[in-house]
Amino acid sequence: MNDIIIYAVIFLGVVGAASAVILYFIAQKFKVIEDPKIDEVEGALPAANCGGCGFPGCRGFSEALVKSVNEKQSIEGLSCPVGGNAVMAKVAAILGIVAEEKEPQIAVIRCSGSKESAPKKINYEGPATCAFAHNLSSGESGCPYGCLGCGDCVAACKFDAIYMDEVTGLPVVRDNCVACGACVIACPRNIIELRNKGKKDRRIFVSCMNEEKGGIAKKNCSVVCIGCSKCFKVCPFEAITMNNNLAYIDYEKCKLCRKCVLECPTNAIHELNFPPRKEKMSEVENNGESKIEVNKDQSLDTKE
Amino acid sequence: MKTFKIGGVHPPENKLSTNRPIEVLAIPAQVIIPLSQSLGAPSVPVVNKGDAVKVGQLIAKGEAFISSNIHSSVSGKVLKIDEAMDQSGYRRQAVFITVEGDDWMENIDRSAELKKEITLTKEEIISKVKELGIVGLGGATFPSHVKLMVPTGKKAEVLVLNGVECEPYLTADHRLMLEKGEEMMVGIQILMKGLDVKRAVIGIENNKLDAIEHLKKLANEFEGIEVEALKVQYPQGGEKQLIDAVLGRQVPSGKLPIEVGVVVHNVGTAFAVYEAVQKNKPLFERVVTITGKNVKNPGNFMVRIGTSLNELIEKAGGLPEDTGKIVSGGPMMGKALNSVDVPIVKGTSGVLLFSEKEARRVEPTNCIRCGKCITVCPMGLEPVLIAQYGELEMWENVETEHALDCIECGSCQYTCPAGRPLLDYIRLGKFRVGQIIRNRSKK
Repeated sequence: MNDIIIYAVIFLGVVGAASAVILYFIAQKFKVIEDPKIDEVEGALPAANCGGCGFPGCRGFSEALVKSVNEKQSIEGLSCPVGGNAVMAKVAAILGIVAEEKEPQIAVIRCSGSKESAPKKINYEGPATCAFAHNLSSGESGCPYGCLGCGDCVAACKFDAIYMDEVTGLPVVRDNCVACGACVIACPRNIIELRNKGKKDRRIFVSCMNEEKGGIAKKNCSVVCIGCSKCFKVCPFEAITMNNNLAYIDYEKCKLCRKCVLECPTNAIHELNFPPRKEKMSEVENNGESKIEVNKDQSLDTKE
Repeated sequence: MKTFKIGGVHPPENKLSTNRPIEVLAIPAQVIIPLSQSLGAPSVPVVNKGDAVKVGQLIAKGEAFISSNIHSSVSGKVLKIDEAMDQSGYRRQAVFITVEGDDWMENIDRSAELKKEITLTKEEIISKVKELGIVGLGGATFPSHVKLMVPTGKKAEVLVLNGVECEPYLTADHRLMLEKGEEMMVGIQILMKGLDVKRAVIGIENNKLDAIEHLKKLANEFEGIEVEALKVQYPQGGEKQLIDAVLGRQVPSGKLPIEVGVVVHNVGTAFAVYEAVQKNKPLFERVVTITGKNVKNPGNFMVRIGTSLNELIEKAGGLPEDTGKIVSGGPMMGKALNSVDVPIVKGTSGVLLFSEKEARRVEPTNCIRCGKCITVCPMGLEPVLIAQYGELEMWENVETEHALDCIECGSCQYTCPAGRPLLDYIRLGKFRVGQIIRNRSKK
């Protein structure tokens, strides 16, 4: 009786040991050699796996970063929009290089065709997705470039940074937007653009994508860009370009002077997070010179 | 009685205008002729602002392989070439012509005499069909000359004519078969010569007994042409379903009918081919049905291309008070329009004016997994799956489920008891998969 037990134990012991040796050699042969830095870098990333960096998930981004440093000794052009400058600085420290400071960006909705300014002319009855409505007709207001209001952008956002305003029928971007670009891709009309957040979170943009001639464009929406070029003429920094009856403000060149906002006859240019304008005081008693009073330290609560 | 084997539905026929003979609609004061009137690339204009044009004059050339020529349907002056709202729901390039008189090009034979003898060779026929802008008048507007150019390695054996008109409400083809039967027969013989086939079969649904009888009698005088009466079932007129019904042949997935030796043409196209080859007349007018339960004067009208839909509606008694939707085409596959100020084009087979009650869709509820959509799909697909994948944006799965084989007949959405927008999501899926496939081949 005891013999059987002893033989069984020895047999299994030998099989176990042999398997261990075989597995060890196989593991050595098929070992994947990975730069340990990839794991370290991945640890510093936010693990949102949103794809905003342009790579498949945070692991993909770590691999790209390490590869870039090994080949070019820099991580130029690579950045994590969710983590921002803080995370990129950590990553740079791990990789032993200096990170460039990137201007933080945010999604901007370039359409103001609300239920009021671009009233409904036809009734759309179908699946509530912009992708489908876009292929069917120019939309309920008739503007072929404007927002369709079905919320594909809201559905695409993984950070709950965009919501549909019930009153206007237009999407609104919240402050926690990390500019990952998911909503930009989701919008079939390309209304959403990633632009610099701007100094003190202030930004100015043309809130329209309409390329039709002014007369035709105005038939469908009252706040459309009619391509009159008045903004282009008044901008002191040459930040505005006109293309196909539509104005565009280059956010790198724009100095936030707001001259274009006042100049636009249809209010198509929007300013966000600016203090309300003070009235100009003409002819204050000061030796007959007019003096303009501007209150410099206003709070930044005002949003449009 | 023969019919296709899988699927099918039976929507009520409502052929309200079946007894109205074709009436010629008066020439309007202005026509707007869109430059995109066939499948494929838009045509390139060959006239300029201010040019004088005659009826039948070439105004735009089809330059790509799949494209077609467009001819003026009126005589007058070109006002401008500019964007105009058309049936797509978007503004697209079109030629605006202000009408002056009704001067036709001299080479068009306007006599009513039937010309039976076919003097052109096969190559000349194909060339003529291309030159005179003939496209499929069944609604898809595929350039007809491309269908006649059989690819090397394949051979056409049978020409099938689609006289089915399975969509409810539409009666244009029916009237054409009754009133222009002989011309149609000659047209079919011309197509047979162009394809080098000895046999042609005209498929007609059994709700058009007078047309079946009339054409059967005529077929005795024309060699090689048979008439086959088919059971009334939607979508009997889908070309793959028609081939299955008439010849019992199945076109393989993703392939064209030529794969089984068949070419299908609409009977209206056959008539247009007769006029082109025998009378030198380009395609610039067609029969359009205007109908609807509230329409005062439903009927079938011969309309010049580019005429505003408004004119046709006025002729039919004006827009009814209770109009909920205006559909171009049939109720199953037609497209809802966003304006009446759109031109009638080569692909407009009919216009339906639905009442408010008929127009409203049912509010969709959750899928109850009944499987009815699968039962009725004439292509043997699973609409419930494709639509779900489309909704969830799982495009690889949409492709695997053969969404590209879908003929968009609408039987699934028509039959769904939960009112789910199945066809809408399938269409979205097809569009996206098409984009993905194109990107794949680019890389």
